[in-house]
Amino acid sequence: MDKMIVVEKITKHYEQVEALSNISLTINKGELFGLVGPDGAGKSTLFRILATLLLPDKGKAWINGVDVVKHYKKIRSSIGYMPGRFSLYQDLSVEENLNFYASVFGTTLEENYALIEDIYRYLLPFKERKAGKLSGGMKQKLALCCALIHAPSILFLDEPTTGVDPTSRQEFWETLSKLKEKGMTILVSTPYMDEAVLCDRIALMQEGQLMKVDTPQQIIDQFDKALWKVSAKNMYGLLKDMRLSPLVEQCYTFGQYLHFTFVQEELDALVAYLKQKGHQEIEIAPTAVTIEDCYLQLTDV
Amino acid sequence: MNIFSAFVKKEFFHIFRDRRTILILLVMPIVQIILFGFAISVEIQQIRVAFVVSASSPSKTSIQQLARKVDANEICSVTHWYSSVDAVDAAMKKGEIDVAFCFQEKEPHHLQVQMLIDAVNPTIATSESYYLEAIVTDFLRKQQLNTQKSSAVSLIQPSVQMLYNPQMLSAYNFVPGVMGLIFILICTLMTSISIVRETETGTMEILLVSPVRPIYMIFAKMVPYFVISCINLATILLLAYFLLHIPMTGSIISICLLSFLYIFLSLSLGLLISTVVKSQVAAMIGSIMGLMIPVTLLSGMIFPVENMPWALQRVTAIVPARWYISAMRKLMIEGVSITHVSTEIMVLVGMSVFVLLLAFKNFKNRL
Repeated sequence: MDKMIVVEKITKHYEQVEALSNISLTINKGELFGLVGPDGAGKSTLFRILATLLLPDKGKAWINGVDVVKHYKKIRSSIGYMPGRFSLYQDLSVEENLNFYASVFGTTLEENYALIEDIYRYLLPFKERKAGKLSGGMKQKLALCCALIHAPSILFLDEPTTGVDPTSRQEFWETLSKLKEKGMTILVSTPYMDEAVLCDRIALMQEGQLMKVDTPQQIIDQFDKALWKVSAKNMYGLLKDMRLSPLVEQCYTFGQYLHFTFVQEELDALVAYLKQKGHQEIEIAPTAVTIEDCYLQLTDV
Repeated sequence: MNIFSAFVKKEFFHIFRDRRTILILLVMPIVQIILFGFAISVEIQQIRVAFVVSASSPSKTSIQQLARKVDANEICSVTHWYSSVDAVDAAMKKGEIDVAFCFQEKEPHHLQVQMLIDAVNPTIATSESYYLEAIVTDFLRKQQLNTQKSSAVSLIQPSVQMLYNPQMLSAYNFVPGVMGLIFILICTLMTSISIVRETETGTMEILLVSPVRPIYMIFAKMVPYFVISCINLATILLLAYFLLHIPMTGSIISICLLSFLYIFLSLSLGLLISTVVKSQVAAMIGSIMGLMIPVTLLSGMIFPVENMPWALQRVTAIVPARWYISAMRKLMIEGVSITHVSTEIMVLVGMSVFVLLLAFKNFKNRL
């Protein structure tokens, strides 16, 4: 498989803070690759280095074999970049924004209309509207259109679904898979673990380090323990008591349940312990592992 | 070229869609010119004079003659008569009078007059003293001529003529000054803010990733503000000529050429500021502290450079507005040809090149 993006031992400091420490990563051509991690994990920094906007302190990176530091000009015309913040002109209309970015990249709206048609069709009814007056989902669609307007071979999307409603998020990911089918390499970052499974491969990031790089399924499969969920009337008390129990290895809040793993699987003993602590309406059952569980397991150590 | 025109078009959209920007760019210059031309002037409008004469003074008649003469002047009026000098202080503090004439007669036919002037505002006090002194001198000379009738008195009479601005109108002085101020405001402040805004809102991030060369971006930013400055230049010159009746004796082409040069320099300064600051607020503070204040205080717009201490005079040499204003005064009011302001032009050209090069060098290709 062709390597599209190669990152080799990249380190980046912001004054005292180490945003990226010694990161190495390879992304293949035509892959939908996800960087998953909370705010401050270093996702945006990595994006900016790859988009030639920042210089790494140490290490090297290549896009399609081109060095991102030495030949940044060559890279700039071949990538589409959508920053984490909404970065279009709020006082220009949808159409004006698109036309402007098309001209900036030396093309026209008509020339690459086919590429953005799927997304732009949602925006058509609002094409006269100022970008600043669009809803969050519409803004993201417009930003994606602008990033796609010059038919780039690689797309960098920095947290494209942050602050966007669930329906729009779903539509957005559908769009991404369509773009992938057209052969585009897509690097996307997200703080939402549920979106991670939609990627071909993901990298779990925390505090400037890659904890794991694999397909979502592989990462889930590598979760070596049985995962359980538990709930009771007093959830807060339950969490405290669970964490005190010597039977429980790890316990954390997950939706309306607590997820936990055993040190040794002794279900009856645990129920007895919780009853003795005075918990009522105890409900314990095995549950399926998600990427979030894997992430929390990795970060808890 | 397509990229360039798209940029310029976008810039004009930004300007015309923000009412505050429009207000600053097009309305404020007009307001400033009118304000400085009419409302804010250092000319004296009215002098209220009090006469202090002791009741027993033998020269009462000639004093009254003097009073009539003072009163006859269109801006002077004799409003109070006092018999003792003690009353003057209170009247001045109340703001009832501006000047008091105190007459004393130490020996017969030797009348002494003392002029007391409210010098809280020294500029006005100086003008008042010149004004009244002239009236008194004139009066005394005529009296002398009357008493000594035919006897040949050869008095040296200075005949003062105010050249180029015979009425000493302060508008003549202010219009070039205000122009220096307005162009700094529009070009430097607005350009720097508009560039920094792109960094602040994140649009610069996308522009940098695009294949657009920075030079395109920079010149595209300059064009709209240059155009608007030219509109302002035309408005100001028209206002100055038709409303403030400034003679515009110099060639209009020279005035415009010099202004274009100054506008270009101001734009380059804005660019330079935008390359060193990170936020719109910083750009604003930088432009105001770094340029507007020097323009108002150190350019000779209000305070003559010649009266400043040596060190400050040296400092004014780096204030672009000083050179522009001085050249504009010569061109507009004295009506000299452009060759007479070649020093100023050379300085402005040198500054432009220096600032522009520095701005290009500072312009970051990355975040």
